[in-house]
Amino acid sequence: MKQELICINCPMGCNMEVEYDEKNIISVKGNTCKNGVKYAEKEVFNPERIVTTTVSISGASVPLLPVKTLGGIPKELCKKVVEAASAIQVCAPVRVGDIIIKNILDTGINLVASRSLDKA
Amino acid sequence: MDKTVEALVIGSGPAGMAAALALKENGINEILIVEREDAPGGILLQCIHNGFGLHRFNEELTGPEYAERYINLVKDKKIEILSGTCALDIVDDGDSKKAILLSEEKGLLEVSAKVVILAMGCRERNRGNIAIPGTRPAGIMTAGLAQKMVNKSGYIPGREIVILGSGDIGLIMARRLTLEGARVKAVVEIQSYPGGLNRNIVQCLNDFHIPLYLSHTITKISGDRRISSVEIAPLGESREPQNEKSFTLACDTLLLSVGLIPENELSLKAGVILDKVTGGPVVDSNLMTSVPGIFACGNVLQVHDLVDWVSEESAYCGKAAASYVRNGLLKGREIPVKPGNMVRYTLPAKVIAGTEAVISLRPMAPAQNMSIIAKAGEKILYKKKEKKIFPSIMLRFPVKDMPEDAGCIEVFFSAEDKK
Ligand SMILES: Cc1cc2nc3c(=O)[nH]c(=O)nc-3n(C[C@H](O)[C@H](O)[C@H](O)COP(=O)(O)OP(=O)(O)OC[C@H]3O[C@@H](n4cnc5c(N)ncnc54)[C@H](O)[C@@H]3O)c2cc1C
Ligand code: SF4
Repeated sequence: MKQELICINCPMGCNMEVEYDEKNIISVKGNTCKNGVKYAEKEVFNPERIVTTTVSISGASVPLLPVKTLGGIPKELCKKVVEAASAIQVCAPVRVGDIIIKNILDTGINLVASRSLDKA
Repeated sequence: MDKTVEALVIGSGPAGMAAALALKENGINEILIVEREDAPGGILLQCIHNGFGLHRFNEELTGPEYAERYINLVKDKKIEILSGTCALDIVDDGDSKKAILLSEEKGLLEVSAKVVILAMGCRERNRGNIAIPGTRPAGIMTAGLAQKMVNKSGYIPGREIVILGSGDIGLIMARRLTLEGARVKAVVEIQSYPGGLNRNIVQCLNDFHIPLYLSHTITKISGDRRISSVEIAPLGESREPQNEKSFTLACDTLLLSVGLIPENELSLKAGVILDKVTGGPVVDSNLMTSVPGIFACGNVLQVHDLVDWVSEESAYCGKAAASYVRNGLLKGREIPVKPGNMVRYTLPAKVIAGTEAVISLRPMAPAQNMSIIAKAGEKILYKKKEKKIFPSIMLRFPVKDMPEDAGCIEVFFSAEDKK
C-alpha cells in the first residue's frame, strides 16, 4: 500500500511517500532527515499527537495553568485529554514539569505543567 | 532623571530578553527592561502549543516553557525587569536617549540610556486593515485575541467558527477551539497556497477534517447584533470573486488571521524610518535604526515565524549595541543590500564594509529546487540549494569578506538546473 504524508516533526514539513504492508514500512521517500522515517512508521500504524491545553489554578496571579502531555497520545484520545484537563483544578505554587495528571487515560503518559506559577 | 542606565530594552518577549542577556555577556551591566504587561515573556505566554525551541534548545517546547527558560536566565544575571510599565516616548538627550515611561505603580518616569533596544513585538491586522462588505456585528475578532481569551482567561469566543486567512495563529486556533468543543467550519485563504506552515495544515486542519478553501474569500458578512453567517466565493483568473459560485456558511464567530504588523508607533515618534515592505525599522548590519543609538530586533523589526530566530537575531543585536556603548558608532562605507528575483524583502538594508552580517529574507511565492544566491558584483558571497521555499519560512544566512569596492549586494533565487 502507498500513502502520501507530510512530516510534522519540524517546520520543514517534508512531503513524503510511504509504502507499507500490514505490519511494516517498506520504503519512505521525500524525507530530509531520519526523523521523517520514524514519523512515517508511527503515523501509518498508530498516529500520535502531543496535546497542549490548560487547567484551572487557584491561588496564582492568573486563572489558568498551561499543560502538555509528556509524549504522544493516540490521536483519537486528544479530545478526551482536553476534557480530563478541564475537569480538574490545581493550587499554586506549581513548577514547570510538575505532574498534573499521572498516566492520563491509561496511556502511560503524564500530563505536566508547562509554566511555573507562584502563590500570588 | 529618575534613573540612568547604559542600555534600555523595551519589551520583555524573547527578543527583549535575548538582547538584554547579550548586552550583559558583552560587558554592559546597567540594563533595564521595561514591559507593559504584568509579567515578562511576551506573546509566548499565550502560545501554549508546542513547536518552539527546536534549534535553540534542541527540543520541542511550548511557548510558556521557552519563555520561562529565558526569564530564568535573565533573573540569574540579575537584569532588572520593570513590569506594568509602558514606554511612551524616546527623545534625544545629548549623547544619550531619554525615555518617558508610564508605570502603573510609580506614574511617569524618565530614564536616561546610552542605547535603546526596541523589542516591542507585533500586532495583528484587523478588519480595519482589510475591507469586507456587510454589517458590523459582534463576534468578529483576530485569531490572536481569541487565543488570549481561550488560553489566558478560559473563555471560548463562540460555537460555530469560520476563520479568514491561513496564517499559523489561525491554524493553531482552529485546533484549539475544536478540542475545546467548538465547530470550526472552514478556513478561507485568498492566496492559492496556505499562509502557515505545512505541519500546521496537517495537525490543525487535516486531523479534524476542517476544510481549507484556497483562492477563496469572504464577500459578505451578515448578522444583526452578532454575526450569523458569511458568504464565501472562489476567485477567478483575474483574482476577482466569482459571486455566482458563492456559498453561505452559518457561524457565530469570525476569526481573522490575515497577518501581523510590527508595532512601531513608538519608533515613529522617536524619528525612526520604517521599511515599506517589512513594516519594521530600516536597519544596518548591526541592527541599528536610522537614529544612532536606537536598535531593533524580533517581531518589531520583521515578523518571524520561529522564535529561535528571534532569539538569535536579538542576541546579535544586543552584542552590537554593547559595542556601540563601548566604542561608539561603527564607521565604514555602507553597502546597500537589494532583493532580486523571487525575493520579497531582504534585511538589513545595508552592510558596513569590512564587517560580517546575517541576511534574512522571505521568498515571494512557494517554489521548488531553487538556489539562494548573494552576490557583490561578480563575487558570490553565499549560495545554497533549497529543495522547497515558502513565503511562510524565513531564510537566514551569514555573509562576510565583501569586496571593498562592492557597489551593492544582490540577493536572489535562481532555478536549479536539474542534473
Ligand atoms: C500566535 C502565535 C503563534 C506562534 N507560533 C510559533 C511556533 O509554533 N513556533 C515558533 O517558533 N514561533 C511561533 N511564533 C513566533 C514567535 O513566538 C514570535 O515571533 C516571538 O515570540 C516574538 O518575540 P518578540 O519578543 O519580538 O515579541 P513579543 O513576544 O510580542 O514581545 C513584545 C513585548 O513587548 C511589550 N511591549 C510592546 N510595546 C511596549 C511598550 N511601548 N512599552 C513596554 N512594553 C511594550 C509587549 O507587551 C510584549 O510583551 C508564534 C507567534 C504567534 C503570535
Ligand atoms: S523529515 Fe526531517 S526535515 Fe523533514 S519535516 Fe520531518 S523532521 Fe523535518
